[in-house]
Amino acid sequence: MNRGPTWFNVTSLVLGFAFLYIPILLLIIYSFNGSRLVTIWGGFSTEWYVALVNDDQLLDAVWVTLRVAALSSAVATVLGTMAALALTRYGRFTGRSLFSGMTYAPLVMPEVITGLSLLLLFVAIGFERGYWTIVLAHTTFTMCFVAVVVQSRLVTFDRSLEEAALDLGCSPAKTFFIITLPLILPAVVSGFMLAFTLSMDDLVIASFTTGPGATTLPMRIYSQVRMGVTPEINAICTVMIGFIAIIVLIASIATKHQETVRRREEQAAAR
Amino acid sequence: MALPGSRGIGRRLVIAVPFLWLLLLFLVPFVIVLKISLSQDVIAQPPYTPLLDLSQGWAGLKAFVSQLNFDNYGYVLDFNNEFINAYGSSLIIAGISTLLLLLVGYPIAYAMARAPKSIQPTLVMMVILPFWTSFLIRVYAWIGILSQDGLLNQALTALGLIDTPLEILNTDLAVYIGIVYSYLPFMVLPLYSALEKLDGTLLEAAEDLGCPPIKAFWLVTFPLSLPGVAAGALLCFIPAVGEFVIPDLLGGSDTLMIGKSLWTEFTVNRSWTASSAVAVLLLIVLVVPIVIYQNIQARQLEAGK
Repeated sequence: MNRGPTWFNVTSLVLGFAFLYIPILLLIIYSFNGSRLVTIWGGFSTEWYVALVNDDQLLDAVWVTLRVAALSSAVATVLGTMAALALTRYGRFTGRSLFSGMTYAPLVMPEVITGLSLLLLFVAIGFERGYWTIVLAHTTFTMCFVAVVVQSRLVTFDRSLEEAALDLGCSPAKTFFIITLPLILPAVVSGFMLAFTLSMDDLVIASFTTGPGATTLPMRIYSQVRMGVTPEINAICTVMIGFIAIIVLIASIATKHQETVRRREEQAAAR
Repeated sequence: MALPGSRGIGRRLVIAVPFLWLLLLFLVPFVIVLKISLSQDVIAQPPYTPLLDLSQGWAGLKAFVSQLNFDNYGYVLDFNNEFINAYGSSLIIAGISTLLLLLVGYPIAYAMARAPKSIQPTLVMMVILPFWTSFLIRVYAWIGILSQDGLLNQALTALGLIDTPLEILNTDLAVYIGIVYSYLPFMVLPLYSALEKLDGTLLEAAEDLGCPPIKAFWLVTFPLSLPGVAAGALLCFIPAVGEFVIPDLLGGSDTLMIGKSLWTEFTVNRSWTASSAVAVLLLIVLVVPIVIYQNIQARQLEAGK
């Protein structure tokens, strides 16, 4: 396409990014508000952050959320990568269209339906609801996101290295672990991160599938927001944004590093 | 092409494990929802009947089928109960939001695709970044902006543009703003990937032949970006129809959306059977767009684009 900044393009970008970022910036600024009234500025203060550290229920919710996210996204990464391999590498097999349908449908399925159906499953089989049911529910819907991310890497993948390894007598499993996996690793890692944030973020599915004793952070924030807007919630949100920003930053640096290494190796191999 | 020599146990395992997982935790739950939507409420745990008792074999199945009833669908489809209105208004709100998303998202995606190649990855990153921050937080941020004494009203009053604060929070307008804001990355990214692939020589040819830029846009650029438009629109429309958090936090008490109705039916009225019927009907409404979306998704991924 033609390049070059026109006034129209620059304006669209500036307005678009302003729309995306200003609400988040305002939220962060007002977390340092000295006044209890969220929308009226009462001077700079960090008292809400102090209040957070002393809120045991909240810290409990954070802990539950992190445990759910870590376990469910780890399992989802393995399952999602397997699903991506099955869909890109194994040609036709019985039930393939059902399988691909079940992989793509959860991406757009309204959360209320997924949540309700999983809850009814857990009740029907008499599975006690709590931490484990949230983990199962989150694994199920996040593995599909992992599958799509990994699949988009697998289809643009140069197969010659794999074929060389197989021709030289390497077993398929070994070929996967020493050739394929290192090459698709950036996609697997971003799939994992996507699964992790989706799990940390989820309110609806967790609310349906949880039981007594397992309250996640979004559930806690939601019940507080329903009672009214307080600077304390702004402070929680700011901490979460900071946490996620750090993860994303580390990941993007790691991916960039990986990419450079990969490119250098591919160039060396081509020579 | 299959991996040579991969027809063994490894291949079967790689297919079977995720397949079974999705079967048990995605498909079977829907069958259960369907079954419960045809049951009756009782005060018990679980609060519905009949229960399928497979230990009695064929007789148990027959007894089960004979007890199925469609009362829940009658209840949901009864005009007095507002579910019909909720389906209708969800479709309308999601439809209008999708159009607004296209209007807002297209110029952004277009400008991104025309930006210098070197800064394009950064722009993509900047669109994705807000998506990584919690959805709930992004919706919450708008409460402080849109409320009566919120930041928007303060700014407009300070600028002397309005005398009395505007009522935006707890109206449908706030729901539109919330949906457009939260779903924008899902619209921009597919549009961008369609526009980015566009062959610049086509536009040059149009220009050389004397076609004015605006006409060239409608004759060349827009038609070629249609796959992106379709993908982005469905990716926003389908989840928006069942949206719960946005209408609940930003909408008013008269904002009808089916996701909210289902939630209320389940948590407040505690009717599992009726909420199952609501879910089944919602799925029926969405089945056509979901199938179209899946086909687009599968074609794109398998074509290696």
